[in-house]
Amino acid sequence: MQTPTPERSELMQTLFGRLSLDAIPYHEPILLATFAVTALIGLALVVWITRARAWGWLWRDWFCSIDHKKIGVMYMILALVMLLRGFADAIMMRLQQAMAFGDAMGYLPPHHYDQIFTAHGVIMIFFVAMPFVTGLMNYVVPLQIGARDVAFPFLNNFSFWMTVVGALLVMTSLFIGEFSTAGWLAYPPLSGADYSPGVGMDYYIWALQIAGVGTLLSGVNLIVTIVKMRAPGMTLMKMPVFTWTSLCTNVLIVAAFPVLTAVLVLLSLDRYADTNFFTNDFGGNPMMYVNLIWIWGHPEVYILILPLFGVFSEVVSTFSGKRLFGYTSMVYATVVITILSYLVWLHHFFTMGSGASVNSFFGITTMIISIPTGAKMFNWLFTMYRGRIRFELPMLWTMGFMFTFVIGGMTGVLLAVPPADFVLHNSLFLIAHFHNVIIGGVVFGVFAGISYWFPKVFGYHLDKFWGKVSFWCWQIGFLFAFMPLYVLGLMGVTRRVSHFEDPSLQPWFIAAAFGAVLVGAGILASLIQFYVSYKRRAELRVVGGDPWDARTLEWSTSSPPPEYNFAFTPRVHEVDAWWDMKRNGYVRPTSGFLAIHMPKGTAAGITLAGISLVFGFAMIWHIWWLAGLSFAGLIGAAIAHTFNYDRDYHIPADEVTRSEDAYTRALAAQEA
Amino acid sequence: MRLNSAMYARRAYSLLTLPLVFLLAGCDAVVMSPSGDIAMQQRDLIVVSTVLMLLIVVPVMLLTGFFAWHYRQSNKKATYDPDWHHSTQLELVIWSAPLLIIIALGAVTWITTHTLDPYRKLDRLDASRPIPADVQPLKVQVVALDWKWLFIYPDYGVASVNEMAAPVDVPIEFQITGSTVMNAFYVPALAGMIYAMPGMQTQLHAVINKAGDYQGFSANYSGAGFSHMRFTFKGLDGAGFDQWVAGVRASPAALGREEYLKLERPSEREPVRHYGQTMVGLYDAILNLCVEPTKMCMRDMMAIDAKGGLGLASVYNVSRLSYDAERRRGVLPQPPAEYVTALCAAAPEVMLSPASPPSYGLSRLAP
Repeated sequence: MQTPTPERSELMQTLFGRLSLDAIPYHEPILLATFAVTALIGLALVVWITRARAWGWLWRDWFCSIDHKKIGVMYMILALVMLLRGFADAIMMRLQQAMAFGDAMGYLPPHHYDQIFTAHGVIMIFFVAMPFVTGLMNYVVPLQIGARDVAFPFLNNFSFWMTVVGALLVMTSLFIGEFSTAGWLAYPPLSGADYSPGVGMDYYIWALQIAGVGTLLSGVNLIVTIVKMRAPGMTLMKMPVFTWTSLCTNVLIVAAFPVLTAVLVLLSLDRYADTNFFTNDFGGNPMMYVNLIWIWGHPEVYILILPLFGVFSEVVSTFSGKRLFGYTSMVYATVVITILSYLVWLHHFFTMGSGASVNSFFGITTMIISIPTGAKMFNWLFTMYRGRIRFELPMLWTMGFMFTFVIGGMTGVLLAVPPADFVLHNSLFLIAHFHNVIIGGVVFGVFAGISYWFPKVFGYHLDKFWGKVSFWCWQIGFLFAFMPLYVLGLMGVTRRVSHFEDPSLQPWFIAAAFGAVLVGAGILASLIQFYVSYKRRAELRVVGGDPWDARTLEWSTSSPPPEYNFAFTPRVHEVDAWWDMKRNGYVRPTSGFLAIHMPKGTAAGITLAGISLVFGFAMIWHIWWLAGLSFAGLIGAAIAHTFNYDRDYHIPADEVTRSEDAYTRALAAQEA
Repeated sequence: MRLNSAMYARRAYSLLTLPLVFLLAGCDAVVMSPSGDIAMQQRDLIVVSTVLMLLIVVPVMLLTGFFAWHYRQSNKKATYDPDWHHSTQLELVIWSAPLLIIIALGAVTWITTHTLDPYRKLDRLDASRPIPADVQPLKVQVVALDWKWLFIYPDYGVASVNEMAAPVDVPIEFQITGSTVMNAFYVPALAGMIYAMPGMQTQLHAVINKAGDYQGFSANYSGAGFSHMRFTFKGLDGAGFDQWVAGVRASPAALGREEYLKLERPSEREPVRHYGQTMVGLYDAILNLCVEPTKMCMRDMMAIDAKGGLGLASVYNVSRLSYDAERRRGVLPQPPAEYVTALCAAAPEVMLSPASPPSYGLSRLAP
C-alpha cells in the first residue's frame, strides 16, 4: 500500500506527486520475477527487431498504418498478449484457492490476491475479449460489405492505440505502484477515496477511460462503415449475418460506453474533487453507481457475444455447405437481443433489496432474451440439417460452443429467477455461469473466427493437429475448471475468497486448478499452432482466395487481400453474395483497372495515444503539472493534425494491374 | 502439511469420478439441502426451473449431436439440400418452444418472487405448519462491520459479535445495515442473501426449522478482511435459546457509543464476543451514521434539507461525516477533524433493559 513518506519535501511532492521509489515493489519476489521475465522478453524482442532492421517497416507499415486489415491484426495481437497476462492471473487465483485451507494461508496475502482477481476481470473483458471482437470486426466487416476501408481510417488507428494505452496502464500498475483491489466493477464506497486511497483505483479509472475513448470511436466508425459503405445491391437484409451482428454490437457500444465514461467521471470526481456522488455521506448514493455501471455492463455482455454469434453463423453455413437456415429470424433475433439487453441490468443485483415487482420484471425480461437466443441455436441446428458438414477447426470450435453454451444459457436463466438468485448470487455458481458463456461463447467463437479467417489474412491455413490439441485442451479444461465451481456454488461458497476453513471443499478446488492447467495447455497449443503454421506456411498455402468454399464477399478477393481489398466494387444480388456469384458464373475482370484512391498512413494516432498515456500516468500519480502539460499537448496535437492535408494517395493503375495479374496467374495455376 | 494415503486416495477418487459425483454432490450441498423453510423453497425453485429448462436443453443437445454425426461429410447417404433455408412451420416451433417454456418459467418467477420476497412477513413455519398465533417474531438487527458481524437483539438489550442464535420454528425479522462498505448477509442454510449497506437498511424474514450450527458469512466482497468475515448461526430449541440469551446477558461487557466505535475499527478474525447490555438507539445511530456523539444524524440533516435548509448556516454542514474512513484510520495523514455538530446535544446514553423479554422456552411449553 502506498504511504507517502511524511518528510517528503514540498518540491518533491510538486515534481513527482505521489510517485516515489517506494512505489516499485522490489520487496515482492513474485512481482520481481514477473518483471524480470517481462523485461527479458521485451529485450529479446527489441534485439530481434533491431537485428532484422525492422523498426522502420514496423513503424511505417504497421504502427502508422490506417489499413483496417493491419489494425485488425494488431488488435488480435494485443488481445493475445493480454490473454497471457489475464491467464497468468487466473492460474495464480486457482493455485491460491487450491492451497489456502485451514492453517495453510496459501502464497498470496489478501492485498495481492485482491489485486489479481480485479486485474483478471478487467483484463479479460477490456483488453482480451474487447480487442478480439473489435479486431475481428475491423478485419472482416469492410471485406464482407465490399468496401476498401472503414469510414474513418485515421480514427480507426487512433482507437486502436488508445486501447493499447489502456492495456499499458494496467501493465504498468504491476511494476509501479499497485492495481485496484476493488473488484472489476469497482463498487463504491469500497472504490471511493475513503476506502481505496491508493493509486490502484486510479490506474483502473484511467486505463478504462482512455481505452473507452478508443472503443467508443471504433463503434462510431464501424456503424458508419456498415450504414454508408456497403457495396451496391447489398440492402440491409442482404448483409452477411456477421455484419449484422457487428452493426448491432456497435450500436450497443455507442449507446452503452458513454454511460461507463460518465459513471467513471463521477467516481473520479468523488476521488479527486471530494464530491459526494457515491459516498456514504451527504446524500451520496452507491446504489446509483451499481445501477449505472450495470446499465453499461449488461449490454457489454452482448457487445462481446453478438459478433461471435455472427461468426458461428458464418462458420456453420460455410462448413455445412448450405445457406443459413432462417436468415430473417436470425436478424430479428439479433435486433431483439440488442434492444432487450437494455432492459435487464437489474438482474445483477436482485439482492440489493428492490421490491418483488421490480425484481420479477427484470427477471422475466432476462428470461425473454433466451427466446431469441434459443431461436438462434435452433437456426444453427437446422443449418446443419441436410448439410454436408466438414469438421474443420472452425466447425470444431462451433460444435464445442453449441454444447457448452446451452449449459451456460440454462444456468443463466436459472440465475434470472430472483429467489434462486438470492441463494446463488455472488457464489462460485455465478462465476461458473459467466465463464461458461464467456469461454464457451466468446473464447470459442474467437478461436473459430481466427481459424476461419486466418487463411484469408495470411494466405495459409493454421496447422490442424495443434488446433485440435488446443480445442480439446480448452474444452476438457473448461469442464474441469468450472463444473466443480458449479458444485462449490451449490455448497454455498462465495466468490473472491482467498482462504477457506472447510477442508471438504479442497478436492473441488484442486480439480478446478487442474482444469486451469489444461486450459493453459490449450493456450500453449495455440501458440505452438501459430508457430508451426508459420514454419510450414509453404505447405499450408491457400492458392485461390477461397479455401473453404465460402459464401460471403471477403472470399471473393485474393488471400491475403490486396491493400485496396477489391479492384472493382462488387455488385450484390443475394444473401451470401459470393456463393451467388460462384453459382451464376461470375467472371473476375482481368483488365481495365483504374487508379485507386486510398487514405494515407499517419503517426498522429500513436502520438495522441502516447500523450494520453503520459496524461493518464500523471493523473494517477497526482503529478499535476505534467497532467496539465500533457493535456494541453493532447489538444494541441489534435488541432495540429487537422492541418495535415497530406492524407490520401492513389495506387496507380499499373500497380493494381500488376497485383491483379499475379492473382489471375495464381488462380490459373490452381485450375491446372 | 502431511497427507496420509487415505486422504490422497480420497482426493484421487473425487478427481476421477468427477462427472458422476457432480450431480450427487449437488444433493449434499447446503444450498440443495438447507434447514430453513425459505431456503428450502428457494431450493425447490432451483430444481423446478432446471427441470423446465432441461425440457428444451436436452433435445437441443441430442439433436446437435445427431445432426453433427448424421450429416457429416463422409456420410453420402444423408440428404444434402444446400438451398433449403426456410420453413415457416419450423420457424414457428423454433420461436414458440422457448416461448412456452419462458411463459411457464415467467409465471413461476412472478409468483415466487412475490411469495419469497425477503421484505415480506412469513405466513408459515414450513410446508405443513402455519405460524401459531401466539408466537412473537424474533427481532435481530444486523450490522456488517469491517470485517465482522454485529448482532443486536433489541428485545433483549444484548448484542453479540460473529455469533447469532435463533430459536427453531420462530419467525426471525432481520434489519440489516453496514458501517462502511457493501456486504451481503448470507446464511445459506436459512435463507437467501441480502446486501448490507451503510446508511441504508435492508430486511429479511426467515425461519430455521432444524437445530444446529450453521455458517453465515458476507457474500459481497468488502476488502482485505473479507475472506474471514464469517459467523456462526446457532439454531437452538426454545430452552436452548433462552439459555443462550441468559448467557449473553450475564456478560459484563456493555455496548455503548465508545465501545461501538472501538469495535467498528477494521479488524479480522474477531473471536465471538457478547455484550450483556446495549445502548438504546445504537442501531438507529449506526444507520444514520452518527454514533459519534458530535455528529449530526443523517436523518436530521435530511429533515433540515427537506425544509429548505438553514441558509448560510448550512455551509457548515459540508464537513464530512465519515468517522470511519481510512483517511482517519491513520492510513493517510489525517486531515484536521471536522465536525458537523448536532443542533441539540446528543441524547444521554441509556442502556436497554427490557422489562420482560419474550421467552421461547416457555412459549413452547404453553399449550
